[in-house]
Amino acid sequence: MRSVIPVLTVLAAIVALWYAAAIGMNAQWERDQAGRAGEVIGWAEIVPRTLAQERPVLPAPHQVAASFWQLTYGEEVEGRRGIVKSGSLSNRSLIYHGWVTLSATALGFAIGAGFGILLAIGIVFNRAMDISVMPWAIASQTIPIVAIAPMIIVVLNSIGVSGLVPKAMIAAYLSFFPVVVGMVKGLRSPDAMQLDLLRTYNASGAQGLGKLRFPASMPYLFASLKVGVAASLVGTIVAELPLGGAGLGTRLLAGSYYGQTIQIWATLFAAAFLAAAMVGLIGLVQAVTLRRMGMMR
Amino acid sequence: MTGPAVILRGVIGLVALMAAGLAAVSHQIGVAAGLLALTVLVAMAARPRAALPVLGLALLAAWLVLRAPLPWGLFDASLLLLGWLLAWLTVALVAEARFVSPAARRLQGLVVTLIFGATVLWLWEAVVRGMEVSAVILPAPSAIAARFAGSVDVLWGDFLQTFVKGALSGYAMGCGAAVLTAIAVDRSPFLQRGLLPVGNFVAALPIVGIAPILVMWFGFDWQSKAAVVVVMVFFPMLVNTVEGLKASDAMQRDLMATYGAGYWQSLWKLRLPAAMPFMFNGLKIATTLAMIGAIVAEFFGSPTQGMGFRISTEVGRLGLDMVWSEIAVAAIAGSAFYGLVAMMEKGVTFWHPSQRRR
Repeated sequence: MRSVIPVLTVLAAIVALWYAAAIGMNAQWERDQAGRAGEVIGWAEIVPRTLAQERPVLPAPHQVAASFWQLTYGEEVEGRRGIVKSGSLSNRSLIYHGWVTLSATALGFAIGAGFGILLAIGIVFNRAMDISVMPWAIASQTIPIVAIAPMIIVVLNSIGVSGLVPKAMIAAYLSFFPVVVGMVKGLRSPDAMQLDLLRTYNASGAQGLGKLRFPASMPYLFASLKVGVAASLVGTIVAELPLGGAGLGTRLLAGSYYGQTIQIWATLFAAAFLAAAMVGLIGLVQAVTLRRMGMMR
Repeated sequence: MTGPAVILRGVIGLVALMAAGLAAVSHQIGVAAGLLALTVLVAMAARPRAALPVLGLALLAAWLVLRAPLPWGLFDASLLLLGWLLAWLTVALVAEARFVSPAARRLQGLVVTLIFGATVLWLWEAVVRGMEVSAVILPAPSAIAARFAGSVDVLWGDFLQTFVKGALSGYAMGCGAAVLTAIAVDRSPFLQRGLLPVGNFVAALPIVGIAPILVMWFGFDWQSKAAVVVVMVFFPMLVNTVEGLKASDAMQRDLMATYGAGYWQSLWKLRLPAAMPFMFNGLKIATTLAMIGAIVAEFFGSPTQGMGFRISTEVGRLGLDMVWSEIAVAAIAGSAFYGLVAMMEKGVTFWHPSQRRR
């Protein structure tokens, strides 16, 4: 709670900077317009106009907020094609596109995290896997998979795999690595004393995993799940770029083609809220779990 | 010999027996006899020093599979399986050995890693050939290598445009700006408390999304790519540096105070060095982000050169071998970049516990 005021201050500073930048960057266009009309305008006229352009270079925060509201509440509740009037989500609303992105992200994250945990267990229990798989898992992450995701999607589409699965695969690929690294660290976190105790109990490997290593790895698991879910959202959005159809990535590309800057920014904020919601959800589960395990005061 | 390795040997024996049976059915008595002998040999291979003959056998199987005539029969498929299992046994056997000297251990790790990588490449090549996968879907590694060797000048031009001009310049500017910002807010705990949560939040956002906006602002050439990279690397680096500047403990700061060191002296001599492990953590994260940012930004508009440009146009022309060559360039450049930063880290933070030899 101590940091509420500082955070608000920083946010206020960002918004103020944003307004200043919006005025500065949009002013040239207004001057050109005025020059063409043969008028001379001063800052008193320029400032209000720069904050209300239809296709500004940098939209002002209130324009983005208004557009976001229009594309969510306005479209769904008041719009002709919204869920209230037509019974299904409107394909122009960010809620619909966000939902498409969210479902692919969630599927990919589940696959990636599950696979990552299994791989980490293999690495911890098998020496051959440890020294053969780990270097390649690291090397696999230096390939900018996000950068080639659109290609993978196009190729998978051409052989008939389409819809949710290709996007989810990219998301899974991005989220598995943080989980592997975190879980290997976590599964190895019990110290020699604790492992020795289990040995004196004649515990098997599986029992050691279930009763000691796995519980001990929980803090590491949640930390890496947070990183992983953010990474899988990035993967899904980039994977959606070439597809057309639906999704936040598609909206971004469409906005960029038609110069709809306000729409791009509103979409970006939708993506940001989605990321914050998912990370926040995992943080909540983390808090509840760790508290019940007595690991957090 | 551990449990999994025993099971592995059993499986290899079964597969070899199966292959021998298939060979006998197709009247290849010599091959059948050879495979039977192999079964016995592998069943006896319990020591790490058996790795070399097993590797030889794996290479033999690999060679046989690669020159198998099309279409593949059941026999060729079983040889493929056998080759893979033998390679896996080699890895298991080499991993079994315990060395004392660190150099031998490093060599062991290198050998295992290389065998694993070569196995993956071989499997890829064999499956593409054996299943007659179209080059439009997945080209064979040999075809990619040929294309790579044949278009080095194009790849080099793309590398310069995307990596050197876009990613590297953006990386330097973004990380530099982040460090300067961190030092600027360092004196105010108020700003730190405000900036850290915001920075952590922004670092988790899909920042790649601003690529279309920055391309609109800065044009199609490398400046817009560098701008995307700057924004992408800024926040992770900022958060890590701010965290790192807090890493020196009270005792050390007190010592500096007793020496009568001023703010800048203690920053330069104590707190920046103490922050290095954190800063290198940020620098390493930023290497991959820089590559991603520079390539993705090119999808939204670029000059007729660059890795992202080449990937998107060659996908349209179904030149998948060229696309994979670009991916190889990206992987090599990314690994080298990461490795370079990791080496610098080793040199700068040699005193940190995480750098100690195990």
